[in-house]
Amino acid sequence: MLRDTYKVMIVVLLLIGYAGYSINIYTDLPQENLKHNVQVEKGKQLWQSYNCIACHQVYGLGGFLGPDLTNTFSLKGPAYIKAFLQTGTNVMPDFNLNDEEIEAIITYMKDIDRTGIAAPSSFKLRLNGTIEQ
Amino acid sequence: MAQSNSKLLSTSFFLIPGIILLLTGMCWGIIGAFQYIIPGLLKSYISFERIRPLHVSSVIFWIIISAVGCTMYYIQEHTGKKIYSTRLLQWQFWLFVPSIGLILITYLLGIFGGREYWEFHPMLAFPILISWILCLINFVKSAGTLKKQPVYVWMWFTGFIFFLITYIESYLWLIPYFRNNIVNDITIQWKSYGSMVGSWNMLIYGCGIYLMDKISGTKKYSYSKIGFSIYFLGLFNLMFNWGHHIYTVPTFGYIKMVSYLVSMTELLLLGRIIYLMRKTVKESKRHFHQPGFRFYAAADFWIFLTLGLAIAMSIPAINVYTHGTHITVAHTMGATIGINTFLLLAVVFDQLQPIIRKIKNYDRYLLPGFWISNVSLIIFWISLIIAGILKAWWQVHHPEIPFSTMMLSLRPYFIVFLISGVTLTTGVWLMLFPIIKQYFTYPFHAKKRIASFQKRNTPLVTT
Repeated sequence: MLRDTYKVMIVVLLLIGYAGYSINIYTDLPQENLKHNVQVEKGKQLWQSYNCIACHQVYGLGGFLGPDLTNTFSLKGPAYIKAFLQTGTNVMPDFNLNDEEIEAIITYMKDIDRTGIAAPSSFKLRLNGTIEQ
Repeated sequence: MAQSNSKLLSTSFFLIPGIILLLTGMCWGIIGAFQYIIPGLLKSYISFERIRPLHVSSVIFWIIISAVGCTMYYIQEHTGKKIYSTRLLQWQFWLFVPSIGLILITYLLGIFGGREYWEFHPMLAFPILISWILCLINFVKSAGTLKKQPVYVWMWFTGFIFFLITYIESYLWLIPYFRNNIVNDITIQWKSYGSMVGSWNMLIYGCGIYLMDKISGTKKYSYSKIGFSIYFLGLFNLMFNWGHHIYTVPTFGYIKMVSYLVSMTELLLLGRIIYLMRKTVKESKRHFHQPGFRFYAAADFWIFLTLGLAIAMSIPAINVYTHGTHITVAHTMGATIGINTFLLLAVVFDQLQPIIRKIKNYDRYLLPGFWISNVSLIIFWISLIIAGILKAWWQVHHPEIPFSTMMLSLRPYFIVFLISGVTLTTGVWLMLFPIIKQYFTYPFHAKKRIASFQKRNTPLVTT
């Protein structure tokens, strides 16, 4: 049986490590895009209020009914996105978005797109099990 | 008498609403599965972006509130005293459970916060947060000290505290500093979610260990070095292995490396399960007649499968293939149904004995329900794995094929997934609906229910 003192010491050490790790990540977050962009912010709000993530993915995270939209802006272009948003599809409802809202969502998707490439085919696999983007 | 009363409150306030959420949540899941097979089904009334959160939130809240209810019940059995404050427990209920109802109504109305898993409006997060703080106070005051406590009490403490931390962390996106960059946002979101799952696992596994002690009549494991070593390993993983969710996100490399290395320590757990397999099978045969143990044994099997898959998915080079595919869904289903739900059911069958005993010939519901749900879950899981493998092949080797064409090719597996989902739901309904029916028809008055608890043959206090 482990003594209570040892148990407490292990937990405290782990907690210190967790706190340090968390603070390091919080303070390390890239600062370059922290300027407030009204259009991107509005697009993000619309994205969330229509719960787009229930069907679509960003970097492979989200629902599986629709495609991953991380790089749709650069791969398909704004007109393609606009067409879908204007009318919906057989599966996707028409959310009755006005032009301003459609533009905001497209701007948000452009903002997502510039952060990186999500396609799994773009990753190089290393022998030690790690990957390179 | 006082202890029976507050234990009864834990059951009434958390387990019964939890079971109702599970039963309804599975039905939402079936509608969602139908929408995979019949594109556009009910699109004008209740489209997939409403169905998915209804399903996901219902079953997540089943896990969370049942875990809380089970823990609150067992802590009283463990200490042999009544809970610190039944008033706090009542407040906790009135803040938590009606909020869940409100959350589900807002989904039906199309009002969302739009964050994956916590898809409700952030305003509704406050009552849940306050409820959790009350719960933490009540638990800490009831448990008293950590001195000379078995491992499950440590696990419950950890679960309550880390849920609070990670729940708050999951709302950091409300601050522009975390929200304004999608990569930062995703990183913090999945940092919190990854650890949050670990926190409710601590509550559930703790209850599972307590139940095993109760069945076997010994507390040897709960005080052993190996018991605590596994707890520390679990805590270590809870804190640091969440990065495997975001291997493909262009965030910090060190997060991915830390997660990769930490996740590999789970091989120790997998090795232990394999090492103890023969003993586990022998134990299962001995206690299989007990409903609680039956589910415990089923959960053990699912821990083996899910842990094996989780470790494979934690290797970045494999994760590139599995990420964003139905293999991830299979893993989630294995964990939430096979492990969390089955472990909770094991505990539920222990805590709801006074109600179950009143059901005539309950075995005719329980046995078919058990086997139907387990066999269905295996088929369900395999169909998702196959669909995931095919999608993985598409996204890595043939991304030029249109998404809709790829989805059409997965249709046969989605049909199997739907059928097995329906039978899985049937199995769970078969086991749990009679309990709910019994609860609401007999004995409805609290005083009568307390009396029925007092008539129990088994002692309330086991320590």
